[in-house]
Amino acid sequence: MAIHAESLTKRFGNFTAVDNISFSVEKGEIFGFLGANGAGKTTAMRMLCGLSRPTSGKAVVAGIDIVKDPERIKKRIGYMSQRFSLYDDLTVSENMTLFAGIYGMREKDIAAKRTAVLTRLGLYDERDMLVGSLPLGWKQKLAFSVSIFHEPAVVFLDEPTGGVDPVTRRQFWRQIYEASERGITVFVTTHYMDEAEYCHRVSIMVDGHIAAMDTPSELKASLGAGTMDDVFYMLARNAERIG
Amino acid sequence: MTLGYLIRKEFKQFFRNPFLPKLVIAFPVMIMLVIPWIVNMDIKNIRLTVVDKDGSSTSGKLIRTLGASEYFILEDVTGSYPEALRQLEKGRTDAVVEIPGYFEQDLVSEGRTQVQISLNAVNQIKGALGSNYLNAVCADFFAENFAPVSVSPVPAPRVSISVQNKFNPYMDYKNFMIPAYMVIVIILLGGFLPALNIVGEKEKGTIEQINITPVRKTSFIFAKLIPYWVMGLIVLSICMLLAWAVYGLSPHGGIWTVYLFSLLFIFALSGFGLIVSNYSDTMQQAMFVMFFFILVFMLMSGLLTPISSMPRWAQVITWLNPPRYFIEMMRGVYLQGCSLADLSHQLLALLGFDIFFGTWAVMSYRKTR
Repeated sequence: MAIHAESLTKRFGNFTAVDNISFSVEKGEIFGFLGANGAGKTTAMRMLCGLSRPTSGKAVVAGIDIVKDPERIKKRIGYMSQRFSLYDDLTVSENMTLFAGIYGMREKDIAAKRTAVLTRLGLYDERDMLVGSLPLGWKQKLAFSVSIFHEPAVVFLDEPTGGVDPVTRRQFWRQIYEASERGITVFVTTHYMDEAEYCHRVSIMVDGHIAAMDTPSELKASLGAGTMDDVFYMLARNAERIG
Repeated sequence: MTLGYLIRKEFKQFFRNPFLPKLVIAFPVMIMLVIPWIVNMDIKNIRLTVVDKDGSSTSGKLIRTLGASEYFILEDVTGSYPEALRQLEKGRTDAVVEIPGYFEQDLVSEGRTQVQISLNAVNQIKGALGSNYLNAVCADFFAENFAPVSVSPVPAPRVSISVQNKFNPYMDYKNFMIPAYMVIVIILLGGFLPALNIVGEKEKGTIEQINITPVRKTSFIFAKLIPYWVMGLIVLSICMLLAWAVYGLSPHGGIWTVYLFSLLFIFALSGFGLIVSNYSDTMQQAMFVMFFFILVFMLMSGLLTPISSMPRWAQVITWLNPPRYFIEMMRGVYLQGCSLADLSHQLLALLGFDIFFGTWAVMSYRKTR
């Protein structure tokens, strides 16, 4: 199992951002983590990444306990934040080298792999361009490549396709499938319901709880909804925290 | 090694910044070339209004003597004291000298007279020095012109005090202050730039991507510190070169002493800047916190006013102020020719700050919240 969470809870003062959630994700699975804004998705994800300490509950990611050993988890996962967070003032290949180096890859291996990855991405000719000058869609594809460059067991993607055009989004999801086929578990949040259909399994969070969790087709069937859009609407419309 | 990748990144970012590399060169050059000529504790150009109620040849002579002094500018000579006071109130003049009627006659017949001086003492230093200068000029004038006239019947024994200034023989304020300006340059660059660094990564969001990696806190913080070390030494070298080339000042106590101390001092200072950065959420916040501390650093270091004339409690606080030890070393090496052996106390103090601030900087960088 790649991720196993049990009664995971995070409180900020009186506010319970994530309330007692439990779930498991299989190795190589693409797990869609849906929910309205403010439902607690990012907080839950940050706990699983070891960026934020849970108030109570426990979780094991890639075989490592997130409470006991948050630093060791970081070797086994990749993360792509909602906000673009590579260095704008470094070039494409410098960004890749930097993060690969931080993950402890050797200089020789980095160079070879960098060429391969950039060629596959179609960014080889742009390798010496400053990342800040790239269009958003390219930046997102690059950020994803950087997050899986060190072959993590699990990659967490926080709204990776926000503000990206449909064509690039399609390409992005092709990248996600390739990663999944290589055995990388993908944990992804999104607001695009067509993307939810691409996931093997989805969970829908409402007000800090998981309101439903199943494959997209099962969810649609059980609620009698035609599309994931309807499923989401039926579950999330009663939410108190709509932000 | 991770540290190597991180340091390379810091240097690339520094040199790609359109502004910082220029600042690091231009700032010390400006401060060293311009400020020593402007900031001067000698008070010159005191504006003077003379009320001449006598109108005699002696009073005229006194007025010419005053006007000829390099300390005074003769603004006006008038016959009315209220008029002169009005000028003083309006700020058109700094001092009023009133020569009474029968000035010449009194001098000649009785051998004594009075000259009244009114000063604007809002600027205390200017006021005090101005009255001293006026006294001195008047005394000289009387001594020269009426030497035979003795003030008291029994001549008082004359005591002459001769002052010999050690280490800065001509009492040149520049010599005293130039080592201090070097310290100011290092404090400003070595303090502010690190303070804005980590918090800048927080604002851009890039710190997220670093926090998610297994990078060790020590590596991350040292990768931030080392470039400031290099930058600080370059800045120091520019300053020392200019001090030598323009003002003929060289560190008599040994150039390597200065460099050794600078390594320790910049490390402590940049460590402190990174601590502020770690606790701040925005650049603005970091900036203001740093302003506060840098002001305290400078005012309480003996850089501008001597520590020995501070109240006792303030003197105790200066022991906790790293620039204090650095400025003592700079003035010691530049003006007195102190060597490393004379400065072991300061060296140990700075070493202590290095360990303290270095550890704190690493601890206060939190990857997990």
